[in-house]
Amino acid sequence: MREKIGNIYNNIGLPRIIITSFFIFLLVISVPLGLNILNLLGDSIRRWAMYGILVLAMVPAVQCGIGLNFGISLGIVAGLLGATLSIELGISNPWLGMLFASAVGILLGGLLGVFYGFMLNKLKGSEMTVSTYVGFSVIAFMNMIWLALPFKNGNLVWPISEQGMRNTISLEGSFGLILNKLWSFSIGNPATGLFVPTGLILFFLAVCFIVYLFMRSKVGMAMSAAGENPEFTRASGINVDKMRIIGTAVSTALAALGIITYAQSYGFLQLYNAPLMMGFHSVAAVLIGGASVGRAKISHVILGAFLFQGILTVALPVANKILPEGNLSDVLRLIISNGIILYALSKTKGGNK
Amino acid sequence: MLETRYLLNMDNISKEYYGNKVLKNVSLQVKPGEIHALMGENGAGKSTLMNILFGMPVIHTSGGFEGIVEIDGEKVVIDAPHNAMNFGIGMVHQEFMLIPGFTVTENIKVGREISKPTFLSHIFGKSLESLDIEQMKKDAKKALADIGLNIEEYVKIAGLPIGYMQFIEIAREIDKTGIKLLVFDEPTAVLAESEANRLLEIMKIIASKGIAIIFITHRLDEVMTVADSLTVLRDGEFVARKDVKDTSVEEIAELMIGRKVVKLVDDVEDKRILKDDDIALSLKDFHVNMPGEMVKGIDLNIRNGEIFGIGGLAGQGKVGIPNGIMGLYESEGTATLYGKELELKELGNALENGISFVSEDRRGVGLLLGESIEQNITFNAIQIKEDFLIKLGPIKLYDKKKAKNHTLDMIKLLDIRCTGPRQIAGNLSGGNQQKVCLARALTMNPKLLIVSEPTRGIDIGAKKLVLEYLVKLNREEGLTIIMVSSELVELRSLCDRIAIVSDGKLAKILNPDAPDAEFGLAMAGAKKEGAN
Repeated sequence: MREKIGNIYNNIGLPRIIITSFFIFLLVISVPLGLNILNLLGDSIRRWAMYGILVLAMVPAVQCGIGLNFGISLGIVAGLLGATLSIELGISNPWLGMLFASAVGILLGGLLGVFYGFMLNKLKGSEMTVSTYVGFSVIAFMNMIWLALPFKNGNLVWPISEQGMRNTISLEGSFGLILNKLWSFSIGNPATGLFVPTGLILFFLAVCFIVYLFMRSKVGMAMSAAGENPEFTRASGINVDKMRIIGTAVSTALAALGIITYAQSYGFLQLYNAPLMMGFHSVAAVLIGGASVGRAKISHVILGAFLFQGILTVALPVANKILPEGNLSDVLRLIISNGIILYALSKTKGGNK
Repeated sequence: MLETRYLLNMDNISKEYYGNKVLKNVSLQVKPGEIHALMGENGAGKSTLMNILFGMPVIHTSGGFEGIVEIDGEKVVIDAPHNAMNFGIGMVHQEFMLIPGFTVTENIKVGREISKPTFLSHIFGKSLESLDIEQMKKDAKKALADIGLNIEEYVKIAGLPIGYMQFIEIAREIDKTGIKLLVFDEPTAVLAESEANRLLEIMKIIASKGIAIIFITHRLDEVMTVADSLTVLRDGEFVARKDVKDTSVEEIAELMIGRKVVKLVDDVEDKRILKDDDIALSLKDFHVNMPGEMVKGIDLNIRNGEIFGIGGLAGQGKVGIPNGIMGLYESEGTATLYGKELELKELGNALENGISFVSEDRRGVGLLLGESIEQNITFNAIQIKEDFLIKLGPIKLYDKKKAKNHTLDMIKLLDIRCTGPRQIAGNLSGGNQQKVCLARALTMNPKLLIVSEPTRGIDIGAKKLVLEYLVKLNREEGLTIIMVSSELVELRSLCDRIAIVSDGKLAKILNPDAPDAEFGLAMAGAKKEGAN
């Protein structure tokens, strides 16, 4: 019996127990503070499914051996390009619009991922450092591109100058909220109760399932082996570099799909510096879920995305209530979100490299 | 004179590493000015003995040793390497411990610089004294002259030929004041022949100045040329101390190998017919560029249905042969499997053509330590033969049920002790891990099985099981097996023929019942006397 409990404890791990307790603690104290707990929970669920695919993008990257992919910004800008292109072309059917945006995003993301993978193969051993800088610099680079793109659609560009993309682009006339609204329902009062975005959740879980199947396919297994033991994989007649490129490309393509899902749920596209820290948030989420630098599973993604987003969602209103001064709560928000990242990074077991 | 005065007397030394006796009552005596060769196969206990002499931390952290060490007739305790230096014992390392960016003088004097007081040192102490470069140069010149090395003391180490580096190491050791005993650990292993000869001469010069030398080597001809006496160790035991003039190459070789008549495998009925014109694998002018295990041109014909052994000392190239065939290291020459030439440059080509390989580096190359037994066993078959997959058009998914059933069969067949097919391979014992590797190789239904060091690091029970299973496979299934091993006993108890590799070349192919001396000679690379 004791052994069994010990086993379960080892499987869950201390960091997850602490963070789950913290999440429950926040939920509990939100009640006496007069916050609407149903609403908070609904928000947590929505953000969990909304961010989930971006976190999922970590799995192929970690499994193929390039480590935590801070460079998913590369896929994110690919997804944003797909989405803006879909608006520019004026595709009014929301389903077609989202399909088109995703297709362009995934293709472009995959292509960029291949080049990115080539580069990482030349820089073995310091992939995580490199990917951090790639993530930052691609955002900086795109800041210039967003300004220069010859898009004309009035929903995209600044109204007065009629050139250069806006900071925030509404998806109202496009595919905004279509997944969220699909089969959705509310528990309790529609305005204050628990809103369940069924379509979004199902979509997220479906993508998880597809990635799960991919990881169990011939290529997926070869890829995981390449990440775990390159020498072994080579001895089995597999080109390790090629597997790393495939993993990087899949990860980047997933990030493109991830940002499109995120944007449709948010209702807006955010360009320029908005996606700068998304790589970090995804990394933190998957780490909290129990992944390490060397191994990541779908279950880590599902659990980690929920805990990370849940804590952020609940902690902010709680912090606002406790410290009503605007500045202080903002500082607290930064401390909490970055604190979680730091804590998650410090608790990872070093990969097996 | 009845009693000889020994400079160094190590008496009745025993050493245990965690219950594993690596030295049993070994004695070593060296006279002043004598070149004493210390000989034995890999794992005979030479390095442990030297570690004791130098008081290396590894000895003292693992529980010390038993026995007495005497220098100049006085009992001493050497518990740290710098202590050994104080007693006048020095070592010339196999890997050069030199700083490439420093000059010859600086390298000779590093750590023992001569300094003179300066204004600052009066105030702040000795660490701010300036270097007495003139005096250091003089010392360095003298040391270099002592060993007859004609080189300017101000050149930098980087860029010097390898042979010179070795000599500078020696110069550094003899520059130490009061040096009485120098240990040379396989100094000729990295040198070309002319440099090696030069080194041997220098050793004689040093000895003639009254400094004793312990010379660790595998090369019998070198021992015959320079050494005065020798001690042979085998499996941690003292075998003999002889004067070189009273012995012969053959006798030393025999002493090193010993008469190990232990049969590791019970006799099995043998109905095979091996024919010289029915060849499974043929290697022609085969070179492999594997660091530390270079193969420099080997021709071999392995007959269909035989168990062929490849032996030799570590670093001589035996391990390079299978790694080259599998395409893991760059190779040249041709390898032909049943008449079909392998594309050696193409990774995985050997696997596709039906050669399975159990690597010597079990934990590094042989296993996915973090994955389940099932994954480990089926991986190659999935990737190369697309077995254990459900095919849905272009999508190929893992067939868990089939893989599990196959794994259960293998667990039963090879008696893998585990909790089930899902157990993580990294948690298994060495012997069971080896069985998993073997199971993976067999899952490929190979035409030819290559096993490299199949019993390294596994206990005696598992060892017997693995070896017996190999014989069974060979006799019952007719599988051709190539077995690479450092353990001669092992090779001799199950192989039909044994090729001994020395210095990357084929020294000789021997029958398992050939005399010990022939094996010893072939391994020591004494080709002139030994070859056919």
